[in-house]
Amino acid sequence: MSAFLAAGRMPGGARDSRVAGQLSRRRGRYNLIAKILCILATLVGLIFLAAILGTLFWLGFGGLHLSVFSQVTKPPGSGGGLLNAIIGSLIQTVIGTAIGTPIGLMVGTYLAEYAHGSMLGNAVRFVSDVLLSAPSILIGLFVYQIFVAPFGGFSGWAGCIALAVIVIPIVVRTTEDMLQLIPTALREAAVALGAPKWKSIVFICYRAALNGIATGVLLAIARVAGETAPLLFTSLGNLNWSVDMSQPMSSLPVTIYQYAGSPFDDWVQLAWVGALLITFGVLALNILARLVLRTRN
Amino acid sequence: MSQTAVVHPQRRPSFSPGDAIFAGAVRIAGILVLVILSAIIISLFVGGLPAFRAFGAGFLTDTDWDPVKQIFGAAVPIYGTLITAVLAIVLAVPLAFGTAFYLTELAPNWFRRPIGTAVELLAAVPSIIYGMWGFFVIVPIMGNYVQPFFIDTLGDIPVIGALFQGPPFGTGILTSALILAIMILPFIAATMRDVFLTVPPVFKEAAYGVGCTTWEVMRSIVLPYTRVSVVGGIMLGLGRALGETMAVTFVIGNTNRISTSLFGPGNTIASIVALEFPESPAGSLKLSSLLALGFLLFVISFIVLAISRLLLRTKVKS
Repeated sequence: MSAFLAAGRMPGGARDSRVAGQLSRRRGRYNLIAKILCILATLVGLIFLAAILGTLFWLGFGGLHLSVFSQVTKPPGSGGGLLNAIIGSLIQTVIGTAIGTPIGLMVGTYLAEYAHGSMLGNAVRFVSDVLLSAPSILIGLFVYQIFVAPFGGFSGWAGCIALAVIVIPIVVRTTEDMLQLIPTALREAAVALGAPKWKSIVFICYRAALNGIATGVLLAIARVAGETAPLLFTSLGNLNWSVDMSQPMSSLPVTIYQYAGSPFDDWVQLAWVGALLITFGVLALNILARLVLRTRN
Repeated sequence: MSQTAVVHPQRRPSFSPGDAIFAGAVRIAGILVLVILSAIIISLFVGGLPAFRAFGAGFLTDTDWDPVKQIFGAAVPIYGTLITAVLAIVLAVPLAFGTAFYLTELAPNWFRRPIGTAVELLAAVPSIIYGMWGFFVIVPIMGNYVQPFFIDTLGDIPVIGALFQGPPFGTGILTSALILAIMILPFIAATMRDVFLTVPPVFKEAAYGVGCTTWEVMRSIVLPYTRVSVVGGIMLGLGRALGETMAVTFVIGNTNRISTSLFGPGNTIASIVALEFPESPAGSLKLSSLLALGFLLFVISFIVLAISRLLLRTKVKS
């Protein structure tokens, strides 16, 4: 602003200073309008987040009874809970993450430590990044095609595989990023002590990057825990109690999908409870992941 | 080999069989990623082959989806996928830009992290929750207030009016685009914020030094400098919007019809696959058509995401 005031006092006649004053006021106005619009844009995003969380609390919290955790899904009108859906989601998320994480870790290691501008490395990085944003429903169709259709039907295993495919690129991205942050001096120190490369990676680099890698795994868990579309074609959902991995398996998101679209009030109520549980679980994991990453710095 | 290493440790100090095994293993894992992508493409294509054979190129232009007559065309879902994604981008980009601008230039330092985290949490909310929330909250608002308002005010204007006609169901193309916009907003905003932060501070300081306002610095320094990556971020959002399933399935109305009105129902590739799959027996032409649709969706999103990656990468290199 001081620049504009100075411009007004410059010699060159009253007209010049008037034009300069108008110009500066106009620029100031544009600036103000842009700033206000940006603040409004940010507010819109925050309002949506608040509205979603508020709705979940408002409609879900009232139905949050112990029976939700102690009873399995039942036909409409006869109560019931979400126990089988919660357990099914836990099993599939844990196994899917357990399958996907080592593979993602290895791919990330390859990209950070071995690929160094090679054609294969660039191709793997590119494909992994594409998979990271690829529609998850297609991963479900893919697992249906290669696993469900040829090997006798929907199963918990198929759901785990679909989730594992989603986990891999998330872990790859964080692992590579975190390994690249490790100072070369640390690797050189390991080499100077005579450690083979694999030992310097596993015992030095992994340890140094542990928090970052853990963040990636937590984010991956948060992502797959809420996935619905890929499970529709793989583990299908199951309204009965079942922990048999070779049978169709229930999951919280698929149950929410079935219940929310149903015409029965008690099912819709349970869907809101499930939605509340899954959303706050996923958001808590996300916040935890951020805290883990921050402890490093 | 290990003996050699023990006898002459000074010659090849870093060589050990463990190294060869480890290097081989991580390399194979890398190749596995390529195999997965190829397998996705091939499995969807092979699955869709009967449909491609039965309908030929007409599959892309046929607007029918008739399980009774066994005629399946992809034109309506493809149209719905593109129109909702593009509309979502139109709605989301200004909001994302404003958010990124606020987070990089306007917000006080202590405020940036919590706001940034909140916006990122918006990206973490599962798709199904957006669908359910959209169905129970946004759809009634659209049906009771927004759509009747636009139909009454703009519906009678000759050309534009066609966009705002039809009964106000609350569901439809525009509602889907709105939900999609909220979902992709955090992805675009986060990318924009990250690339805005790559602008060397000295450029901005120089502009402020000659008296530019914050907005002028953004428009004349930051945006031109980050133009390519900003487009990359928008393409990333577009790629996300194209394949969203659960949220869209809840609110688009699920009708196989190309509607000129923004309030008309429609469908997308992802929503028709999710909805019709349970009624498609293995080996049927319908299932094959759904897989063929999946293949098309994969091709579209692959192209968009590939462009996005290339645009974002040029920035990193330069």
